[in-house]
Amino acid sequence: MGTLQTSQFKMPALQNYLLDNAYDEMFASPEALHPHYQLLLNHFTSLPHTELQRRKQAADLSFLNQGITFTVYGREEGTERIFPYDLLPRVITAQEWATVERGLTQRITALNLFLRDIYHEGRILADGIVPREVVYSCKQFRRQMVGLQVPRNIYIAVTGTDLIRLENGEFVVLEDNLRVPSGVSYMLTNRRVMKRIFPQLFRSYNVRPIEQYTQLLLGTLRSLAPEGRPEPNIVLLTPGVFNSAYYEHAYLARQMGIELVEGRDLVTHDNVVYMRTTSGLRRVDVIYRRVDDDFIDPLAFRGDSILGVSGLFNAYRAGNVTLANAFGTGVADDKALYAYVPDIIKYYLSEEPVLKNVETFLCAREKDRKHVLANLDKFVVKAVGESGGYGMLVGPQSTAAQREEFARRIEADPRNYIGQPTISFSRAPCMFDDQLEPRHVDLRPYVLYGDKVSIVPGGLTRVALRKGSLVVNSSQGGGSKDTWVLS
Amino acid sequence: MLSRVADSLYWMSRYLERAEHTTRLLDVNLNLMLDESSSGADHRWQRMVAALGRPAGAAWEDDPYKLSHTLTFDTANRISVLSCIIAARENARHVREQISTEMWHRLNSLYLAVTRPEMHSDMHAEALLSGGQEPGEFLQSVMEAVHQFQGVTDSTMSHGEGWHFIQVGRYIERASATAMLLEAYHHDLWKHPERIPEGNEYLEYMGLLRSATAFEAYCKVYTADLTPERILEFLLLDENFPHSLRFSIESLVSALDAIQRESGKSRTENLTRLAGRLQASLRYSSVEEILRGDVVGYLQDILRECRDIHCAIYELYIDYSIQTALAG
Repeated sequence: MGTLQTSQFKMPALQNYLLDNAYDEMFASPEALHPHYQLLLNHFTSLPHTELQRRKQAADLSFLNQGITFTVYGREEGTERIFPYDLLPRVITAQEWATVERGLTQRITALNLFLRDIYHEGRILADGIVPREVVYSCKQFRRQMVGLQVPRNIYIAVTGTDLIRLENGEFVVLEDNLRVPSGVSYMLTNRRVMKRIFPQLFRSYNVRPIEQYTQLLLGTLRSLAPEGRPEPNIVLLTPGVFNSAYYEHAYLARQMGIELVEGRDLVTHDNVVYMRTTSGLRRVDVIYRRVDDDFIDPLAFRGDSILGVSGLFNAYRAGNVTLANAFGTGVADDKALYAYVPDIIKYYLSEEPVLKNVETFLCAREKDRKHVLANLDKFVVKAVGESGGYGMLVGPQSTAAQREEFARRIEADPRNYIGQPTISFSRAPCMFDDQLEPRHVDLRPYVLYGDKVSIVPGGLTRVALRKGSLVVNSSQGGGSKDTWVLS
Repeated sequence: MLSRVADSLYWMSRYLERAEHTTRLLDVNLNLMLDESSSGADHRWQRMVAALGRPAGAAWEDDPYKLSHTLTFDTANRISVLSCIIAARENARHVREQISTEMWHRLNSLYLAVTRPEMHSDMHAEALLSGGQEPGEFLQSVMEAVHQFQGVTDSTMSHGEGWHFIQVGRYIERASATAMLLEAYHHDLWKHPERIPEGNEYLEYMGLLRSATAFEAYCKVYTADLTPERILEFLLLDENFPHSLRFSIESLVSALDAIQRESGKSRTENLTRLAGRLQASLRYSSVEEILRGDVVGYLQDILRECRDIHCAIYELYIDYSIQTALAG
């Protein structure tokens, strides 16, 4: 990466603001600002240093008091941490957003049709668009779902798709999260804090609201209730306080006014799911589950799981309870399947994909594998079943020993790995003391799919707060920003 | 309300009540120790261990500081004050969404204060207990924190079903603790009063009353004239004093009534009968009558009835079988 040394910025706040070949969210070039960032820059530079500090502290306190934390695994003490955030919002224009929205709607619609298809007729496999072995060798493929009818044929009620911007500013899809995507509570609380900290700036920007998310989510869940349950009981199923996203589970349940339940709160009888309350058993109709497939029913899946509910799968099969998301959706966010998504969109919708993929090499294919192995230092290699930034090699930042280790792993289990060229995805201005510096960001909008597809304008912008880092996952030291979509 | 939530609130409350009670007994006895000959010490510490229900792993071994340390800081021991606070906080954490932020803050800071790493150093712990200038300052601070928690609970949490389960936990624990305390003292105060060394009666009587925070309240009713009969009457049957058995059981019954109304649960006959019978017995007994009979037996009946009430609560609201629930 060639770095363009910039002393172009005379403003003291921009002394450390260096542009490189990555797309910059604020500057089109050293001479030209993207117009929608003008107000933000003016506001930032007009505030005295002490005033910025005061606001930063006010925001800190607000996060602290709300207990907005996530859990870091593998340590005994201090496992609850405040989610780091950056005070400056990221701004997205109405036009940019329109494309994102159109692209995500198209993508989620096609992926849902794909799930319906592979668990029923399997037309796309018969037609040879997606190789059978990619689907059937996927650990997330659930044989138990074959032929099973899910309400409204909706498999993925909630999606969090990760987008990045390429050097030319175009949004592309980095990955889909179709199982139990998290982070939406940070999107909502970031916004609430920002409105308090920068009310004037916020007003002058015409930001589209996102507060309706929880209501939309509730509506989505309600629309998926089993037939004949007009007033469905909806619950949120959490693995419990030790889960990294417990804060979010509690937050969403409270915002929606539904019960937050653990596996041990639920019992099944005659294929009906009940929750155990002080006034007796209450029937449960829709479960927004934040527990992975593997752990949800010890009878049907992992027998050693204590998080799930015995007999849940049978109740689900019988159509007496809806799960959002459905079982077996993970097959469609497998990183190896990702390479086929553009073809999947074309196949079901006869449309060109609005949002492109990142170029992806499947190590299961001999030619691709050779290419990846020969270019490990330039590639990002990912294990297909992992998430949260685990099981990953970032080539340019790796040591020779790490590359050797990954080469061995790829040779041993090629199906489990994909390679993508290292992309210098876009960077947005972040506040460090009274200076602005650019940091890499991605964007995770949340897509809801019930009666129709709805996406609140915005999403969670994750920031790689460490200088030069490309990893934005919260478990790997990333932070977040409020995301403003303009009207 | 989810059964699990009710369960956690109930135990959060019980554990805190237990922590406070143990703390107070230690504080009172460490203090009395200073006024007494060492010959009496053995007996008094054994009696305290009995008042706590003779917990395993906390036997009297002729060393008040070792015993105090075990009962306060030994986290391997489930009945220690520290274990109780940790368990209370853990229960609260599981229902963080159901309790007020103020409650969580109060309980969490107590937890953070007592689990500081240096608490695990025996020397530090001993210093806190036997302490330089102010023995028991630590114990005082724990008691205060629990009182604050109860105050914050009453003024910041809706007095709905969850709050009533907190009351149930507090009062069932308190009633059992007071009954055990009286049972432990029975031998000395009522059965063989002559065994109290001459001139020490006042200390003994006061020690018992202070173990139930009752000294000042007693004096308001009976003046500082302490007699064993009146003490028994006060701790068993007083209508207005919050640590008396009668008050505890009346509070328990009214919390159970409120829960029954809120949950709309039928089939409560068994629980209503058990609690009502105990309430009536305390409401309509006289201390003369009790003293004429078998006092220990009376106290043991109360303890057994408290256990039965606990089981009936579980059977009805928390751990009921699916078959009964479906039938009901």
